[in-house]
Amino acid sequence: MVDGQTLDRPSLVFDERLSLVAGMLQRFTWERTEISPTSARIALGGQITIEDAAALWKRISETLTHLDDIQSLDLELSQILLIDGACMALLVQLRTDLRERRVRSEFVGGSEEVRRIVTLYGGRRRARHKRAKRRPTNAIAQVGTATLNLIDEAKQILDFLGRLLVSTVHVLRHPKSLNLRDVGLTIERAGADASAIVLLINFLIGFVMAYQSAGQLKQFGASIYVADLVGVSMTRELGPLMMAIIICGRSGAAFAAELGTMKVSEEVDALRTLGFSPLPFLVIPRMVGLILLAPILVLMADAIGICGGALVASFSLDITPTSFLIQLQSAVKASDIISGVIKSIVFCAAIALISCQQGLATSGGAEGVGRRTTSAVVSILFTLILLDALFTVVFGVFGI
Amino acid sequence: MTKPLISVRDLSIGYGKVILLRDANFDVERGDIFVILGGSGCGKSTLLRHLIGLEAPLSGEIRIAGVGKPELVGAAPRFGVMFQSGALFSSMTVGENVAFALQEWTHLPVEAVNAIVRAKLALVGLEDAEAKLPAELSGGMRKRAAIARAMAFEPNLIFLDEPSAGLDPISAVELDELILALNRNLGLTVVMVTHELESIFKVGKHCIMLDRETRSIIARGEPQRLRNQSDDPRVRRFFNREASVPQWQ
Repeated sequence: MVDGQTLDRPSLVFDERLSLVAGMLQRFTWERTEISPTSARIALGGQITIEDAAALWKRISETLTHLDDIQSLDLELSQILLIDGACMALLVQLRTDLRERRVRSEFVGGSEEVRRIVTLYGGRRRARHKRAKRRPTNAIAQVGTATLNLIDEAKQILDFLGRLLVSTVHVLRHPKSLNLRDVGLTIERAGADASAIVLLINFLIGFVMAYQSAGQLKQFGASIYVADLVGVSMTRELGPLMMAIIICGRSGAAFAAELGTMKVSEEVDALRTLGFSPLPFLVIPRMVGLILLAPILVLMADAIGICGGALVASFSLDITPTSFLIQLQSAVKASDIISGVIKSIVFCAAIALISCQQGLATSGGAEGVGRRTTSAVVSILFTLILLDALFTVVFGVFGI
Repeated sequence: MTKPLISVRDLSIGYGKVILLRDANFDVERGDIFVILGGSGCGKSTLLRHLIGLEAPLSGEIRIAGVGKPELVGAAPRFGVMFQSGALFSSMTVGENVAFALQEWTHLPVEAVNAIVRAKLALVGLEDAEAKLPAELSGGMRKRAAIARAMAFEPNLIFLDEPSAGLDPISAVELDELILALNRNLGLTVVMVTHELESIFKVGKHCIMLDRETRSIIARGEPQRLRNQSDDPRVRRFFNREASVPQWQ
């Protein structure tokens, strides 16, 4: 009924609505009558809805600041035609504040509908509860919490790696226990479906690198060395790294989200109750899939990146494809390609491990899945750069 | 006197420092429909997860068919479980979900597995849903498919977490009828968590009631008898649907 009346109200034009919200225009009546020096009554009338809340709150604030010697202040509701829950909550707040200041206050009169809202919002005479506020955590506590979380996370990762090692040994001993269905799916989704974007990006990387260096090399009459630059950097560094970054963005995030969703929707628990461990069933197939496709993708990435460089060399430096290839042959050694392949395998294993670990550590519903997916991508990117630096040092030390 | 199928002794469960249930003792007899009930947040589903073996208790012992600390993974399932959401594998069809454990843990040819799958789906009234994906099923159908999956290995014990939660009244009644039929015709022991009173009175043979405040079992016995004879105001309030604060009148 009340809602129906609210809907029946003539619609307000924008300016009028704005004025009401700003508390400048008042559609309801507010009449204060002094009964005695210590007693008063406020009679409210008309329609009081959410649009009038600002004006009502203004009146309430004025009343509370000018109480003087008042010991009794009743709120007369009989003239109210319509009041909604929000405004009734404000009136209840006024009554509570008055009582806290030792001023007796009651709601008086009102139609049956108004009394119902009074009962709903103000019927319970319980002590005023302060709204619970989260206390700000001080800096030391924050550092402590972050450290404990870090230790907890490290324990989880170690636990995961330990269990994964046991599962891997089991799968190696019993190869039939490997979930081949997911290996194939991973190769298809992370490899075949990603090949176009891997090729495009690496082509552009080779293209840009050759283009940027062309001008510099030309100045020294060393244009032919563009083949060395593109060839070595693509095979040793950029091919594996760009491929891994794309796999991270596509498959790493997908693995984390997929496993996270399975975890929060109890599918991982269901798997366990059917006798399957999530690690050999969900993690190892994804890791095997990525490891198998890594060499193929990285070789494709190397080749297409070099093609991009050759194209620039051809139209910008007047180096024929044959000359480019001859120079490339002398510049790029087998160890360059092999080191890139090794890198790509390790990168892909890291992507699978981190994304699956983060996915299986998910808790807390959709928000948890989002948090873990973000965390997986960030952790993978950081790990990739770290591993790349590590490889550079190790390969340098061993002269690879 | 036969030994109980499930025996719980001095069980305390919780997460970290939070204790949900302290020193609980109860037995579940073979062929029973045993209901774990209580208000929201009292630890019903957590207790179920401990009974299944998904969580380790803080202390105490759970024995299922005389075996303590059941190893879940690495062997064929010893009992069936239906999770609250059904937890069907979303990338598999309903038929593949039911066939999943059978393919792994038996050496049956594909034709035999398919025959069993069809029979299990017919048992729960989902003959036509074999090729559908879980996302294409209604809530009630998903739960029935989950029961078919849980029944795939012919268990003599099945755990059900809130089977009728979130279902329309007709689907809920159909599910209750299915549980009764499985118990009556196959002698299946059912342990279920619920707070749906209709379900409790319709299918429950015995029950325990958990209490969040005292973190203990506050009542045990037949649901009807508890409703009619319990002196505990908490039990009476639960069964008579009495709100603790009649604030809106």
